[in-house]
Amino acid sequence: MPQLPAPFTVAEPPGGRRGKDPDQRGATEAAADAADTMARRDAGRRALRAGRRRESVTAWAFISPAVLIILGLSVLPVIWSLLLSFQANDLVTPSRWVGLDNYRALEADPHFGQAVRNTLLYTVLYVPLSLVGGLVLALALNRRIRLVGLYRTLIFVPFVVSATAQGVLFSFILDPEFGAANSLLSRLGLSTQGFLTDPGQALLVLVGITLWSGTGFCVVVYLAALQDVPQSLIEAARLDGAGRRHLLRHVTLPTLAPISVFLVLWQTIQSLQVFDLVYVTTKGGPLGSTTVIVYFIWEQAFKSFTAGYGAAAAYVLAVALCLVGVVMRVVRGRAERREGARAEQPGTPSGAAPRTEGAAR
Amino acid sequence: MTLTSSTPRAGAPRETTSVAASLAPRRRRTLPFSGWHLLLAPLALLFALPLVWLLLSSVMSNAEINRFPPALWPSGIDLGGYKYVLGNAMFPRWFLNSLIVSAVAVTSNLLFGALGGYAFARMRFGGSRALLVLMLATMAIPFQLTMIPTFLMMKRLGLIDTLGALIVPSLVTPFAVFLLRQFFLSLPRELEEAAWLDGCSRLRVLFTIVLPLSRPALSTVAVLTFLTTWNDLTWPLIALNHDTQYTLQLGLTTFQGQHHTRWSAVMAGNVITVLPVLLAFLGAQKSFIRSLTSTGLKG
Repeated sequence: MPQLPAPFTVAEPPGGRRGKDPDQRGATEAAADAADTMARRDAGRRALRAGRRRESVTAWAFISPAVLIILGLSVLPVIWSLLLSFQANDLVTPSRWVGLDNYRALEADPHFGQAVRNTLLYTVLYVPLSLVGGLVLALALNRRIRLVGLYRTLIFVPFVVSATAQGVLFSFILDPEFGAANSLLSRLGLSTQGFLTDPGQALLVLVGITLWSGTGFCVVVYLAALQDVPQSLIEAARLDGAGRRHLLRHVTLPTLAPISVFLVLWQTIQSLQVFDLVYVTTKGGPLGSTTVIVYFIWEQAFKSFTAGYGAAAAYVLAVALCLVGVVMRVVRGRAERREGARAEQPGTPSGAAPRTEGAAR
Repeated sequence: MTLTSSTPRAGAPRETTSVAASLAPRRRRTLPFSGWHLLLAPLALLFALPLVWLLLSSVMSNAEINRFPPALWPSGIDLGGYKYVLGNAMFPRWFLNSLIVSAVAVTSNLLFGALGGYAFARMRFGGSRALLVLMLATMAIPFQLTMIPTFLMMKRLGLIDTLGALIVPSLVTPFAVFLLRQFFLSLPRELEEAAWLDGCSRLRVLFTIVLPLSRPALSTVAVLTFLTTWNDLTWPLIALNHDTQYTLQLGLTTFQGQHHTRWSAVMAGNVITVLPVLLAFLGAQKSFIRSLTSTGLKG
């Protein structure tokens, strides 16, 4: 019987091979053994493939609820929204194709222009103030003193209060007639203010309210990042004679750069999408001074029933958000690369760290 | 702290300096109280003040609140506002509606998030990689872009003006799936492999071995889901018309519009709206902050 090269036996069914097995002894034994293992491996592989198929069925059973709901309520609406933005739709009767008319109308609509300006002003004020405020508070809170846990909690707690509750609370506090704020001002001998009823102040007051509730988020994020500043780095810099100001400028702040970029992105996205607080406090007024983009979209779609027009405005917002995301991604990548390069440089405090430990002993 | 370390530096040999530097913080800490309190205590109070005022005004009598200039401190505890709010048939109803929606959302996010997250973490199936990326990408889609079509979909399903319209879109979020997947990946495989060899099904492995080990991630998903569902206003505002279906947030703002002269009642309603979230936060503060700082950032 000619010896079959081992690879060929793989094609033989395992049952047939085993039947011949007792006859093959002596010279062919080694080859047979090899063939046998191959056959067994083959069977194993087939079992594995069956197992994989079974596994893949189980996996699909596991993920299908999540996939159906998540993709069904995101990917589908995104496409639908795009189609809507080329149509006139009143949410009830079938829609009519109007091409680019909605976008052209947006460009000419002074109310949309005002909404864009209001949103940008709100963002330009809120994002830097919340970041700087958050950083300063985090630096002050980043020390082991008594009660510091309580301080952190008190500063963060407004973040979990809903925008509705914030709005209702501040419309009361800032009520021109019955509010505590004006009562306090008049007791101090200062002139009372219109706050949310004054077109010149309303948007600023909204920024103030959001600073009250949103700064805590920046504080928490910065505090977590400060924990990651290596202690050895700080001690080494201090040993090299760095004062408090140097330490902050050359050690702490550079380490926080990537997280700051993240926070700028996050806070910008949040403030471009502000809605709840505006709805509860001013409903876009007085005189349209607090109409922000999302309020405009909501008004068009669900109050004036021009859903196609609203969808077009939503697309403009989404593209803007996307651009912010892309720009920030580039900036973040650059900040991280710079940070990485800085850490690798010889002679920087990380290289000096062992000396610190030695000196301290 | 650095102030003390730099003073003995002039002319002193290097070793003395470093010893002084390493001792300085310890010596400083024995002082009765740090100067930082002078900055931090007033700031913390400033942040707490609006909420303190919320609580105080909710127990003022209506006469006291409507006086001019209004009182800044209640003369006594007057529960009239709470009685008015709880006697108002709608408020308990709104509370119940919010509770139902949040409870369903938390439960289903835990269930579907765990199932999906486990499949993505441990099972091999065609297209899993692409699907995961697609799911992650949906996290970046702003709600404003999807809200109009979602409204039209819910309308076709006949769910508008029912709690179902609130529940269906919040059943599972990509965040829950992704967060749990990341956590499952961090668990050692050996425990699960031993269970498979003993013939346990995937489902049993997930529920008896993996989930009991995943408490921190599960509590993070639960707390964040509760917070976002309970606090949401935009979607209930769009999806609900009739006030028997309102959630607490939507009810509160309507109530304020209708009763803006009964401020103590409005503030009592506001306390009731804020309290569950406040309690959830204080109860799970650690896991809450961890979730914000670790998962939110790296996404």
